[in-house]
Amino acid sequence: MYNFLTELTGNEIIAAFISAMLPVVFIVPFVIFGVLAERKVSAHIQDRLGPMRVGYHGVLQTVADFFKLIQKEDIIAEGADRKFFNLAPYLVFVGSYAVYAALPFTSTYIGSETDIGLFYIIAVSGFAVAGILMGGWASNNKYSLYGALRSAAQIVSYEIPTALVILSMVMLTGTLSLATMSEMQTAYFWNWNIFGGAEWAFTKLLLIPFMFIAFIILYISTLAEVNRLPFDMPEAESELVAGYSTEYSGMKFAMFFLAEYGNMFAVSALVSVIFFGGYQSPFGYLGNSLGLQWLIPYEQLFWFALKGILFVLVQMWLRWTLPRVRVDQLMTICWKYLIPYSFANLIIIGLITLL
Amino acid sequence: MKQYFKNTWEGLWTVFVGMKITFKHLFVPSVTIQYPDVKVPLPERVRNRLYVNMDDCIGCDQCARACPVECIEIETVKSMPEEDLGKTSNGKKKALWVTKFNIDIAKCCYCQLCVFPCPTECIYMTDVYEFSEFKREDLLYKFSTLSGEETLQKKENFEKFQAEKEAQKAAEIKAKAEAAAKAKAESESKPNSDETKQSEPPKQENS
Amino acid sequence: MALRTEELILNVGPQHPSTHGVLRLEVELEGELVVKVKPHIGYLHRCFEKHAEAMTYPQVIPYTDRMDYLASMYNNFGYVIAVEKLMGIEVPERVEYIRVIMGELQRIASHMVALGTYGLDLGAFTPFLYLFRDREKILTMFEMTCGARLLYNYMWVGGLSHDLHPDFVRLAREFIQYFRPNIVELNNLLTYNKIFIERTAHIGILPADTAINYGITGPMLRASGVNWDLRKNDTYSIYNRFDFDIPVGQGHVGTVGDCWDRYYVRVLEMEQSMRILEQALDQLPEGDINSDLPKRIKPPVGTVYQRVENPKGELGYFIISDGSLNPFRVKVRGPSFVNLSVINELSRGHLIADLIAILGSIDIVLGEIDR
Repeated sequence: MYNFLTELTGNEIIAAFISAMLPVVFIVPFVIFGVLAERKVSAHIQDRLGPMRVGYHGVLQTVADFFKLIQKEDIIAEGADRKFFNLAPYLVFVGSYAVYAALPFTSTYIGSETDIGLFYIIAVSGFAVAGILMGGWASNNKYSLYGALRSAAQIVSYEIPTALVILSMVMLTGTLSLATMSEMQTAYFWNWNIFGGAEWAFTKLLLIPFMFIAFIILYISTLAEVNRLPFDMPEAESELVAGYSTEYSGMKFAMFFLAEYGNMFAVSALVSVIFFGGYQSPFGYLGNSLGLQWLIPYEQLFWFALKGILFVLVQMWLRWTLPRVRVDQLMTICWKYLIPYSFANLIIIGLITLL
Repeated sequence: MKQYFKNTWEGLWTVFVGMKITFKHLFVPSVTIQYPDVKVPLPERVRNRLYVNMDDCIGCDQCARACPVECIEIETVKSMPEEDLGKTSNGKKKALWVTKFNIDIAKCCYCQLCVFPCPTECIYMTDVYEFSEFKREDLLYKFSTLSGEETLQKKENFEKFQAEKEAQKAAEIKAKAEAAAKAKAESESKPNSDETKQSEPPKQENS
Repeated sequence: MALRTEELILNVGPQHPSTHGVLRLEVELEGELVVKVKPHIGYLHRCFEKHAEAMTYPQVIPYTDRMDYLASMYNNFGYVIAVEKLMGIEVPERVEYIRVIMGELQRIASHMVALGTYGLDLGAFTPFLYLFRDREKILTMFEMTCGARLLYNYMWVGGLSHDLHPDFVRLAREFIQYFRPNIVELNNLLTYNKIFIERTAHIGILPADTAINYGITGPMLRASGVNWDLRKNDTYSIYNRFDFDIPVGQGHVGTVGDCWDRYYVRVLEMEQSMRILEQALDQLPEGDINSDLPKRIKPPVGTVYQRVENPKGELGYFIISDGSLNPFRVKVRGPSFVNLSVINELSRGHLIADLIAILGSIDIVLGEIDR
């Protein structure tokens, strides 16, 4: 992809720039789809219809919301710390956008071709913490501060089970790079990591239950990283109004929203790359059977997007089913349940790989 | 230790059961309707905006007295004996001009207590519920069918009538007093009234 | 040298998504632990008791509707029975049965709101909508009978304003068939959910003797283990003809008298209300309901105190009559007012999130507290 762009524009810097902006082209339509899907899914779960008036069955609702948010007055409270107040939403967005650099969208396009993709992802998700803390503190509001502190504690603690599960997968596949991991899960769906990985030895069958456990642990901890129900204490609507984003209005609020949905897709994509084969199709490629080689990257993009969206829908499904978890119970789940299980999982997977 | 594993299992299992329920609901057709394109059909006894049929109103003031928030204001003027105001739909003859019948629908609490005492059933609750206005003064509903001049005319008629009656009454009393004084004077001047009884009746003016 | 920490005073309300109405709670916090809670009420005071002195007895009934606006049939019920007791009139059988039917339907509707909004406070958005969808059926039945959905003015002194609609009995039976599986679904979705149990078990434990000392009544008292229900212990109307149980909190998960017990007692009460409803529908006699309706309500001089079992607790009316058309004094003992007073005891030592859970389980309606 990078080579293609260099040939197109004739200048390496511009090619790099365009290549870095491509995920935005992906995120913005995804957010439009995501917000609408959330409202429609929640409506149908609750036996009602959701947005119906804007566009056919409410399809243009997010566009209308976007226009509304742009033209809103930008209110900054008097005691708020202006520099940090203005900077916070963008920092949170950067935290979620930077993850997209290491995600392999197709076999030919990846934002940055590093060998340490996973390590980079774990490191960069700490940006969001800084942004949230800034937002909460600079709002000069007790409620926002509470929300920000809780959120920071939550994100930092749930990084640990995430890292442990990723570590066990790294042990299994032997590579930190997400592109390589996707390539290893080629051909059909039984080669996916959740079903034991591409190596056909008897260890494959042994691994399957532990892969499932690892998947569940990873899914729960990434759910907590993006502050989604049941872990959305920081934005608890009925308790703290809106937590750290209470004082934000207009475009900055839209930025927080964008960051949240971007984050949701990023972690869903991460889960799907690690366990479910990334951009690999479960049935083989149409391009291969039809003989059209240029079709394959588009197919891969399609499968990547589909798997990511599927996990996002499951996240939404969970949101509308479960009540909220209290702060200390959140910490209990992380430190007393998820971490011991992921440690045990790590050890067992390590033993199996030695076989 | 056992409690630990039990907690984990219960946590995952109940979440799964909940998810199954919400998944089933994804395929249930929605129970909401698209108002204002589609409106719910209202039952017959529904209590919404009040309406008064002025042809039947006899001006008895029962509804105003029954209202707990005093939102009905009625003023009536007695009619002349020769005027015919017509009959109500259940045969009663109307005798009062209803000059003012205001209902402040902003105050009305839709309790229906005014509907029951009405003898002719002219005040009732309709099923209109979309009657918002831009100005609060527009919510004062005036039901009286007499225009301003007619009202004034009726009032003048009534006052004139009253004045006449008063004058007649005063004249009657005066005449009575005069006759009584006369009779007294005559009975005093004639102590023996056997032969010279007054045969002419005392003069009375027709009232 | 110990660290000097200041206590943080947080204001919850009066405009807040989860105080059920305009209630202001002044919460003193130490970190996240609640030290003291002081409720400030009066934001919804509408001078009901003063109005009642200027109205005639029938005109007071729309005002009683508006006290506990989620259970207004029962407010009417209490007032009307009190005035009838004062005047010494007896109502026809059919009227008694219809009153019980309406009262129990109203109890189910009120509990639906209580449970739905409780789930909403804790973050579970869907049970709220499911319960409101079911509540629509009850409100449609009420609208068919008396014309209004929320504030009915249905029970009058000596009778009712309208007789039952011809379709009512059929719809009521259909509702019972429809709602029983929905309670099972609610239990699966919310009541036995592990996260919900974690949020509500062992929280806000109210021991039985504290409850009795504070004068708590209703589902809160029964959840603490005390078997006291005015429908059985101080029977009014014809409740002694029906066979039903009183659900008492037993601490299935957690201790007796915690938030989960209060929630579960309400779920069980809905089931028992449906039992009473079935029996009343079976036994409903025919007759004319307005045969004994007095023309003018003019009670003799005297006082009366009549209490009924509101969905929220013991609703009491104390009426002093001086022989004229207007009551001299109407005093209302609102159950939510008394139940709210215990929030300080319950929430000491818990977190803010628990305070919201405890407030939801007390189930207050500000209209009743402030009148």
